[in-house]
Amino acid sequence: MKLRPGALILNAVLIGGAFLTVAPLLWMLSASLMPTGQANTSPPPLLPSRVTFEHYVELFTHLNLAQSFANSLLVSVVGTLATLVTSSMAGYAFAKLRFPGREALFRLLLTAMLVPAQVGMLPLFLMLKKLGLVNTYGGVLIPWLASVFGIFLVRQVAQAIPEDLLNSARLDGAGEWRIYRSIVLPNLGPVLATLAVFVFMSSWNDFLWPLVILSDDRRYTLPVALASLVGEHVQDTELMMAGAVVTVLPVLALFVVLQRWYIRGVMAGSVKG
Amino acid sequence: MRDFEREHPGIRVQVQQIPWTAAHEKLLTAHVGGSLPDVGQLGNSWISEFGTLKALVPLDPWLAHGALGRDAYFGGIWDTNVLDGVTYGVPWYVDTRLLFYRKDMLARAGYSSMPTDWRGWKACLRAIKEHGGPGRYGIFLPTNEWMTPVVLGLQAGSPLLADGGTRGAFQEPEFRRAFEFYLGIFRDKLAPAIGFNEIANKYQELSRGTFAMMVTGPWELGEFTRRLPDSLQTQWSTAVMPGPNGPGASFAGGSSLVMFHGTRHPAEAWELVKFLSRPEQQVRFWRLTGDLPARREAWADTVLTADERTRAFGDQLTHTVPCPMVPEWEEIATRVYEQADRAIRGATSADSALATLDRLVDKMLEKRRWLASRRAAGAKKS
Amino acid sequence: MSAGVGVAPAAAVDAGGAKRAPLAGPQARAGLALALPSVALILVFFFGPVLYGAWLSLTDFDIYALADPSSVRFIGLGNYAHAFAETDFWNALRITLVYAFVGAPISVAVSLAAALLVDAKTTRWKPFFRAVYFAPVVTTLVAVAIVWRYLYQPQYGLVNAFLAKFGIPRVDWLGDPHWALPAILVLAVWKNFGYNLLIFVAGLQNVPRELHEAAELDGARAWQKFWNVTLPELAPVFLFVSVTTVINYFQLFAEPYVMTQGGPLKSTNSLVLLMYEQGFRWWRLGYAAALAFILFAVILVATAAQMWLQQRRERAA
Repeated sequence: MKLRPGALILNAVLIGGAFLTVAPLLWMLSASLMPTGQANTSPPPLLPSRVTFEHYVELFTHLNLAQSFANSLLVSVVGTLATLVTSSMAGYAFAKLRFPGREALFRLLLTAMLVPAQVGMLPLFLMLKKLGLVNTYGGVLIPWLASVFGIFLVRQVAQAIPEDLLNSARLDGAGEWRIYRSIVLPNLGPVLATLAVFVFMSSWNDFLWPLVILSDDRRYTLPVALASLVGEHVQDTELMMAGAVVTVLPVLALFVVLQRWYIRGVMAGSVKG
Repeated sequence: MRDFEREHPGIRVQVQQIPWTAAHEKLLTAHVGGSLPDVGQLGNSWISEFGTLKALVPLDPWLAHGALGRDAYFGGIWDTNVLDGVTYGVPWYVDTRLLFYRKDMLARAGYSSMPTDWRGWKACLRAIKEHGGPGRYGIFLPTNEWMTPVVLGLQAGSPLLADGGTRGAFQEPEFRRAFEFYLGIFRDKLAPAIGFNEIANKYQELSRGTFAMMVTGPWELGEFTRRLPDSLQTQWSTAVMPGPNGPGASFAGGSSLVMFHGTRHPAEAWELVKFLSRPEQQVRFWRLTGDLPARREAWADTVLTADERTRAFGDQLTHTVPCPMVPEWEEIATRVYEQADRAIRGATSADSALATLDRLVDKMLEKRRWLASRRAAGAKKS
Repeated sequence: MSAGVGVAPAAAVDAGGAKRAPLAGPQARAGLALALPSVALILVFFFGPVLYGAWLSLTDFDIYALADPSSVRFIGLGNYAHAFAETDFWNALRITLVYAFVGAPISVAVSLAAALLVDAKTTRWKPFFRAVYFAPVVTTLVAVAIVWRYLYQPQYGLVNAFLAKFGIPRVDWLGDPHWALPAILVLAVWKNFGYNLLIFVAGLQNVPRELHEAAELDGARAWQKFWNVTLPELAPVFLFVSVTTVINYFQLFAEPYVMTQGGPLKSTNSLVLLMYEQGFRWWRLGYAAALAFILFAVILVATAAQMWLQQRRERAA
């Protein structure tokens, strides 16, 4: 393969850019393995003088990060499943089933995408207080039970399901629920995988809502636990880096493995409209 | 906790920690959400807030039966727990602020002990700075903490709020004098103009000699022992706050044991409060955390009075002044350091900072004024 | 969402030629049943609070009200008036506008530039670069904000150490009121540019090759090709990216919350951060609700303005 100088420069720039982009993450990993106090020296070291896992041990023993990890996992898994169920049903309904008020309802849902999430946060907090859901897992999950974006995505794909398929099933006497389960769902496979990855990552990384709704540190999700660690341990650089690694690693790994689905979700979300 | 459980079989205690910086928000959120614990440790500057919110159980009926009362404690500290004549908390540990400093750095600058008045203190800081050279300071005073300017104001005789806690008194001469003194420390570069989140590790900086002292509280007794290098362990000590004309007052802080409203186990909760208030338990707590006992009897323990570092605290605790007991205090304190920070960095003049402070505080207290006038008009008590 | 969304008007007879299903038949019932869970949840837990918030913003609901509901006063537009009279509010608004109208364009420009590079003909390992540039997007914001906080440390942080190699003197990134805002913007751009990069790459790949070839035949150079062919073709994608990025930057919260708490001297205090502080630290829920609606209004106006500008450009072209 010929390597013209132009191409060489281009690729070099891209590699440089890639390095700059990952550098903070690499330093985060490196600092998490440094002995205490080493990260706060001038000039800052790039690599640990000796590799130690003591900070990870500290996080999982004294600081009980495992509990927060489990909490994040619980919220993300349940939230993802809930959104998948509600969005696939509603997305299909809006795409293929004619019912009174369908169009108006859909347009109403779309306006929800215009409203910033913070507008409803405080009042939602007060509402959940009346329902007794403050500081509970249920409270954290509420925003992740349904998703306008999910409905939109599923509807987009469901619209492409051929009418003939559905109608012949109806003529055969199949009920609507059976049609949904056996014909529509299998066809929605790829978009549901995409949606699942999307929702999992968003709920895992969510910060403001869990910060607002949770006050019991046993229920904290990872981002909130991490932020609260900063309050007490801001001077323990290496410890905080270890905490950051624990929070970031799962989603990063998930991303690397499931790139295809996630990227598809990003692109699909940008399809005109 | 285990000892308590052993003494009271049938009661199990679950402990939860929250970092102090988030405690205010988290406890309020828990109150709003109805998820407060039975017993808690509440900073006494928040007692008025939580009391107004009806989040606390009045303790007078419980206190009537026992040996706990004002005389068992430092008077100034006990008073911070009383709101409108009702006692809401039993002091647990006391907190006040005083100087933690490096004896060796003071000695090198020519001082064998900490000066006791403002003028002497400033001269000492200047000497340390000159001796240290460029990039060195006398003291670390984080610009985003309210304790120091407020304590200086209290020492100068400022009530901070006027008219029954419904207006700001920051433009009055007393606070103005303290404010000028505080700003002067930064103006003369005796302290770096940074906040506590801009310093990587203040213990490391103290060890490296970047500054020689800081104003902080009793929990640092434990932290200093843990975090300063062994070579410095004999070189640090504590001293009473210098006041305008001699040893000064400091802030009457600390935490109290409170019972939260909505507790389903008030009797058991009270048992726990009594247990933790026993002098032996107070001393034990001190040994574990370095937090100082509120109970006077606990101070009779020789260890506390023998150590010069804790003795300074004992002295300081006899001169304390509480902060105004209004629910808005936390926010007012935040505005104090915000305006001080602006003045320190030259974004505003001292006069206009104080004027802004009064204006903001007056606005904040508007509701309180309205409620007070409503009460006075004979309407239903709020 | 752009106004381009529509649903094709229902035909009297659908594609298969079968009769329309009646609006009350089994299809309709199934449709309602399937849509109900989502719709109910969204109506109750999203629209409900928004309406409640609108009402709250007209009252002086605060900490006294939490204890004693009778002390709530209906003050109409009082909260809004208070906001417009407060320097803190204007400061937060100004900062939020800077985030949105300086930060977002920079982010979009970086994404576009990177997309052009990644999509160029002679680039090798495209999937690798896409993945690497995208990685920051999936990381947890709180975690990376903490990492960057240490990177920005004046004495011990990598940023100053790196700049020192070029002879640039030390900057107190998060402590200097002039530099804190740019520092946060750098973090925000780093975190998000990968997202828009993917979208741009998809858009670039949709530009028909014939157009490029025709331009080349006409003797156009790279820059002209970009300006006259690529950019116009990308117009819809560009609009989408700008609008969504601006909306996101209006809502900046976690970065200043973790790194600077809105400081130093309130130089990074965004509207959402102000709202959080007023609502959750001081429990001025009425006022905080009003702030949220003001933000909402600003976003609507900004979005409408962007789309109107785009339409004007299209008409002029």
